[in-house]
Amino acid sequence: MLVSILEPALGLIIWQLVIFGVLFFILAKFAWKPIMSALQEREASIDDALSLAAKTRQEMTDLKAGNEKLIAEARAERDRVLKEAKEAGDSMIARAKADAQKAGAEEIEKARAAFNQEKTNAVASLRKETAKLSLEIAEKILRTQLSDRTAQETLVSSLLADAKLN
Amino acid sequence: MYFSNIFAFLFLISSTLFGQTEPTDSTTKSAVIEAHTGEEDAHGEAEAFNPGKMMMEHIADEHDWHFATSGHTHYSIPLPCIVWNKGGFTVFSSTRFKNEHHEEIAYEGLKLEEGKIVAEDGSFVLDLSITKNVASLLISVILLLVVFFTIAKSYKERIGKAPSGLQSAFEPIIIFIRDEVAKTNIGEKHYRRFMPYLLTVFFFILFNNMLGLLPGSANVTGNIAITLVLAVIAFFVTNLSAKSTYWGHIFAMPGVPKWLLILLTPVEIIGIFMKPISLMIRLFANITAGHLILLSLIALIFIFKSIGVAAIAVPFSVFMNLIEILVAFLQAYIFTVLVSTYIGAAVEEAHH
Repeated sequence: MLVSILEPALGLIIWQLVIFGVLFFILAKFAWKPIMSALQEREASIDDALSLAAKTRQEMTDLKAGNEKLIAEARAERDRVLKEAKEAGDSMIARAKADAQKAGAEEIEKARAAFNQEKTNAVASLRKETAKLSLEIAEKILRTQLSDRTAQETLVSSLLADAKLN
Repeated sequence: MYFSNIFAFLFLISSTLFGQTEPTDSTTKSAVIEAHTGEEDAHGEAEAFNPGKMMMEHIADEHDWHFATSGHTHYSIPLPCIVWNKGGFTVFSSTRFKNEHHEEIAYEGLKLEEGKIVAEDGSFVLDLSITKNVASLLISVILLLVVFFTIAKSYKERIGKAPSGLQSAFEPIIIFIRDEVAKTNIGEKHYRRFMPYLLTVFFFILFNNMLGLLPGSANVTGNIAITLVLAVIAFFVTNLSAKSTYWGHIFAMPGVPKWLLILLTPVEIIGIFMKPISLMIRLFANITAGHLILLSLIALIFIFKSIGVAAIAVPFSVFMNLIEILVAFLQAYIFTVLVSTYIGAAVEEAHH
């Protein structure tokens, strides 16, 4: 009996060859081929997705760093512009002030010169007028006063007195 | 764990089925038993339980699918016999070899001798019958095709999606065979073209190992003819894909003194054949041994003719069955790993 299980039966060998062969070809064509290629495709897509995610993450950090740099630059630029503007404004104000002062001083000087001129003129003309008026008055007085003799004498004496006093 | 529970449960059923005092059978088939009562008396001691015969009958192939015997009632499915004898095929039912009293008789010059069909006149007989093992093979093939066609369909329908159902159950195994068996042993460069063969071999052995554990099933992977064919295929796959480096290592092992080659080359040539032979014997012996242990445990109940023994034998055989599930996976894995290492050695490029 033991021998019979150790003895391969020819019929079973043939059946097994045929059945296994057919099974292999059917499974290889209709099962293993689509299964293996689907597995491979899926793994490839997972790999792609993972590497894309890593790349995106890298890009994000790069972008973030870039943004920060950009913001810092913008801030510095703004500070610089503000500073410049302030300086420009300050200098402009200072210059305007200086100009105004200068112009004012000039005007004042001019006015003063004109006034002095006017004053001198006025004084001169006043003096002339006064002299003229004095002469006229003196003439008139002299005319009236010197119509009589006594008066002339009085005048001369008073003038003399004055002249003495001086 | 779900599967092992089923197996354990089925096994318990089978243990009662083997028992000849199964109550439902004896009541429903009482008429048959009564009809043979006289005979039973006549047979007397001849009916004594023969554990060796019982175990061999369970392990060997047969021409009808026998499940159980209750009294004189045989529960079996007759299978077609296809026999080539004297220049022609004869196709008939296996029931033709038995008369109404279940005694073996000859049919058209053919008779059963220890489970084998032989010609009465001793002429050559090619028995291409659908035996229990062939029927079981066909069942396993249908199961394999249904399972893997379903999986292939889900792969086509669920592109870019996570696996589900049967697909997710088998995907880890398929990936394991690809990454841990094929890639590691054959190498990144060549493994791809051997994947269909390795997957077919693995799942063929696994499914047949598992089916063999079912009560009343055939002992397919524990049959030497089956493992012989698997080994022969492995032999051809290995040697037909072999590169010059492989043959160089066999016929002129590099770095070995010339005179030693006289010794080494025959050893290497024997090695070519020993590898598949070891594959054949390993699978056959492991599966058959597992079945023998289980059958021995059950036989104990009938040897001692005591239901008390069952209290020990049944839990122990449940435990053995669980181990056999492990062995079913292990042997399928070992066979695949060894074939892939042989292929790996054959396709290896020369070292630089």
